[in-house]
Formats: sequence, C-alpha cells, structure tokens
Amino acid sequence: MAAWLGWVIESNWTDPFLFAVYSIVKPISGAAILVIMYGIISQGNYESALFPYIYLGNAFYIYVGAVMTGVSWAVVDDREHYKTLKYMYIAPIYIPLYLLGRGVARFITGSIAVFITIAAGILFLNVKINFAEVDWLLFFVTLIVGVVMLALLGLLLAGITLTVARHEGFIGEATAGALYIFSGAIFPLDVLPEWLRPVGYFMPTTYWLELLRRSLVGNVAQAFPTLANFSNMEILGVLLALSVFFGTVSIYVFRWCDARARELGLIDRTTNY
Amino acid sequence: MSASLAIETKDLGRIYKLRGSKKETRKELVALEGVNLTVERGELFGLLGPNGAGKTTLIKVLTTLLAPTSGWARVAGKDVHTEPDLVRPRINMVSGGESSGYGLLTVRENLWMFSQFYGVPSKEANERIEALLEMVGLKDRMNTKSSDLSTGLRQKMNIVRGFLTEPEVLFLDEPTLGLDVGAMRDVRKFILDWLKADKERTLLLTTHYMAEAEELCDRVAIINKGRVLACDKPSVLKQRLQKDALFEIQVSPLNGLTQQNLLDQPEVTKAAISETETGAKLSLSLVEESALARVINLFTQKDVKVMNLTKREPTLEDVFVDLVGRSMAEEEEHGQP
Repeated sequence: MAAWLGWVIESNWTDPFLFAVYSIVKPISGAAILVIMYGIISQGNYESALFPYIYLGNAFYIYVGAVMTGVSWAVVDDREHYKTLKYMYIAPIYIPLYLLGRGVARFITGSIAVFITIAAGILFLNVKINFAEVDWLLFFVTLIVGVVMLALLGLLLAGITLTVARHEGFIGEATAGALYIFSGAIFPLDVLPEWLRPVGYFMPTTYWLELLRRSLVGNVAQAFPTLANFSNMEILGVLLALSVFFGTVSIYVFRWCDARARELGLIDRTTNY
Repeated sequence: MSASLAIETKDLGRIYKLRGSKKETRKELVALEGVNLTVERGELFGLLGPNGAGKTTLIKVLTTLLAPTSGWARVAGKDVHTEPDLVRPRINMVSGGESSGYGLLTVRENLWMFSQFYGVPSKEANERIEALLEMVGLKDRMNTKSSDLSTGLRQKMNIVRGFLTEPEVLFLDEPTLGLDVGAMRDVRKFILDWLKADKERTLLLTTHYMAEAEELCDRVAIINKGRVLACDKPSVLKQRLQKDALFEIQVSPLNGLTQQNLLDQPEVTKAAISETETGAKLSLSLVEESALARVINLFTQKDVKVMNLTKREPTLEDVFVDLVGRSMAEEEEHGQP
C-alpha cells in the first residue's frame, strides 16, 4: 500500500510524457556532465580504467540518493506537505515498514535512472562492459544487499528527520552528499587525506559500489588500490557485516527518535512547508 | 477500570518545554494539568474551551501522538502511552480546519488507502466509502483528485476518513472549523446519525462553538489553561446559573465604560463585553431583574445608549464566563500565554 502510494506520488506529479522525458533526461544529463568533466581533466583518455570506475560509481550512486533519501523524505512529505503523518501514526500500521514501502517507489525510479545511465554510457559514452564476463550472481546479490542496506540507512535518517522540526528536508540530501565523498563513488578512497579514509572504510556503501563495479567490469576495477587486496568474497562479507551493523543501529535509532518525537510533540508539527 | 468506559484519564498532565534564546532559561508551558475524565461507551462527549485551552493536546495524548508528562490515560481500556499498538486499531481521528490528504489521489483512492491500513476488506471498504460519501453529499466527486476539491469538501473527505474504519472511539478535533453554515449542519447531522447507528460507538468532540457543544453533546467538559473546570450534561451546567437573571444588551460605543465599572455594581455578578461595529455587546448576570435599573443608570451617566436589550436563558458561554470570569473570546485574546 505504501509502495503504491509512493509510486503515485513519484509518477503522477506531472503528465506521463513529461515524467518519461524527465526520467530519461535527468540521469543522462548528470552522467554527461561527469563525462565532460572527466574528458577535460583526463584530456580525453576514455580508455583509462578510471573512466568506467567513475562512470559506474556515479551511476549506482543514484540508488543512494533515491532509496536512502526516499525513505526519509516520506516523513517530510507526509508531515509537512500532505499533513497525513499523524493519521499514519494513529493507524494500526508498523511505521518503519510504511516508510520503507514509500522508499520502494524511489527504488523503482532510481533503477530506471541507473539503467538509462549505464545504457547511455555503453551506447554513446564509450563505457565498455563485456556482458559475457559479467558476474551476474555477484551483481544481483550485491545489488539486493545494498538496496536493503540503503533502505535501512534511510530509516535511520527518517528517525532523525522526525526529531527535527526545521530544515529536515536537507538531512537526506546532506547525508547522500557526504557519502558521495566517502564511498569512493567517483574517486578511490586513497585520494582522501589519510585521516579521513577510515570514514570511507566504515561506510558499507564503499564496499557495495566496489563489488558492483567488480561484478560488471571485473579486473579493471580491481586495478584500483583501495580494496585491491580484498577478494570479492571478503568484500561481500564486510558489506554484509556492515549492513547488519548499520541496519541494527538504524532500527534502534529510529525507535529512539520515534519515542522522542512523541515526547516532544513533533509527529504532527509543521513549519509551513 | 470499568469495561463500560471508553476513555479514562487520571491526573493527566502535559508540559511543553519551550526553547528561548540561548541566554534565556527554558520556559515551560503547562498544556494539561491534573485532567481527570471518564467517558462512557456510547457517549458523545464534548471538550469545550477557547483556542489554546488544551483540547487538541488532550486529543493528541489520547490518540497516542503525544506522550503525557504525568498521570495516565486509557482509551478502550488500553493505556495510550504503554500500549499504543492496542489503542490504534480501536480509534480514529479527524482534525478540522486543515486540508490534509494526498492531492494526487482521488477522493475514493485516499479513503480506500486508509481503509486498507485498518484492514478493512477492499470490497467492504468500497461499499462503506460510497455510503459515507453519499451521506456527506460528496459521492458525485468520488473520482475527483482531492487537490481539486474546495477546502470544505476536502474537510468532508477527511471526516469520512475518520468514520470509515468504524472506530470504537472517534476523536473529532474542531470538525466544523472553517466550514460554511450548510456544511456545518450536514456534518453535525452526520455525526448524530453515525452515533445512533451503534450504541457502542463513542465520540469525543472538541469545539469552541458553544452551540455545537449544546446541540450535540451528552456531556461537556469545560477546559481552560489545561484544566478541566467543570464536567456534566449541558443542562446541568446551565442550571448552576439559573438563579441569576441574564441579559444581553446592545449599546452604543462605551465612552470609557469598563467591565470593572459593571462589576462594581453590587447586583452584577458577571459581566462580559465584546465590541461590535456599532458599539458593544454586553452579557450581564444579575442577582435579580430589578438590578437592571442601576445598570441602565450607569449607562446614562456614561452617555451610553441602549440599542437593544434581551433577557435570555443561560448558555454554555455563560457557564464559561461564570467559571473563568470572562468570555471565551476575551480569554482567547488575553488569557493565553
């Protein structure tokens, strides 16, 4: 039900044609900007292993913004915009599940964007993926684990969003922006100052993006030094462990924030959205 | 707790901590204090008080949206703070004066979605939706996107949302706020019809419309500054004033005549003044009718002309004035923090 509601909200804000154009143009534009920037900096060296590393990292990072902020944004949307959060709260539903359901729609639109971005990269932007060599099992296992992990991180942000009465709309975007730097999405963690790297090593998104790239382009990605000494299974193990850790933390943080919001009277507080 | 009680509160309190500037210490706002109420199953119970009296806060606590800071409350026999998951399937709530709802969904879709959250079978939900929309005169707009509805129609949709799940206890927070007179009448009739259909249904209604409380409620609690000042049947509450003679007097501009001037008259027990376009309206409670002569004499001294004078039966507004010392309008203007 929540997923259906999310999809209606995501897809019905404009007419179907404009929605389709927006869904195609937005990811391609984002990727094109990155490719142009890369082209200028690398002086057109699209054969470098760095290129698919950056391109795929950027493409899959769409999921981080879509799924994670999709879950937390539902709090802002329902509380401030539709003024329905209090009615959801007094309904006999499990609120975390409702919020995760709202994120499903963003997962679907995010998946469309990721597919379009990668397809455009292969067809027009010189991104080379040999489908015969793709490790599909690793790809799908990693994708599913990652999306679940992102949804749970979204729940953590949703909890924090609940307890914040102002500027809560920026929490998801700010977190997604920070993770962009610390997850090795468009550059290896080795580029970061040494004292900042542990932040990246602690983020499950780092291992998730690495595994997705490895599953699609294999050794090219492994040529990068950050996680080069780890096998796919080792990285998958770290990803699973960190996902369980962050997932557990997210559930507890959400519960605490939920109780706190009830104590402070924040569940139906609006700030004239 | 008695099995017949739909709502029970004991010493219920709620204090908000208000944030001031860094230099200021945190201020506290007492929204509810020592509230003791019992509402029987099948009752239409009214909470009457000015804006900011604590009515909405009490509803928030009873609907599990807000934790109390002291005391306890039970709804349908379950503690709202420690057993919220057991309370929620048994209740629903409608807040008036707001246009909540998903504008991208049609009226039917909005209502159907909420019915599913309460586990109402889809076919039954659709039947209920059609019947309820018919009752509030919204059936012909069933497939209209709710964003295309006027505020009043959207409010009617929300009222249907509250009734749709057939709750044991329904909370209506100012349900007619912002509605035009015709829509108000429709909603009040709808509320009474809904209650008549099942004697076990309980409804707690907050309002600051005296006439609404008098017309609808079996019992009324008068609340001000977070405290329940009186609780009884409207007729019993009014009886306490029937020893006094009540007059409503329309006068020209007051020329410095104050409420205190009126209260200084020995036979005037209560006085409320509300300004009008042409002067002022005075509500006076006199020990005996003969005291009216002294009041008229006072008007003459102040060169205040009497334009209309009516003796009337006491209302809940008079009860409020008797309890608080000023009218609800005055209390809203001066009495809130």
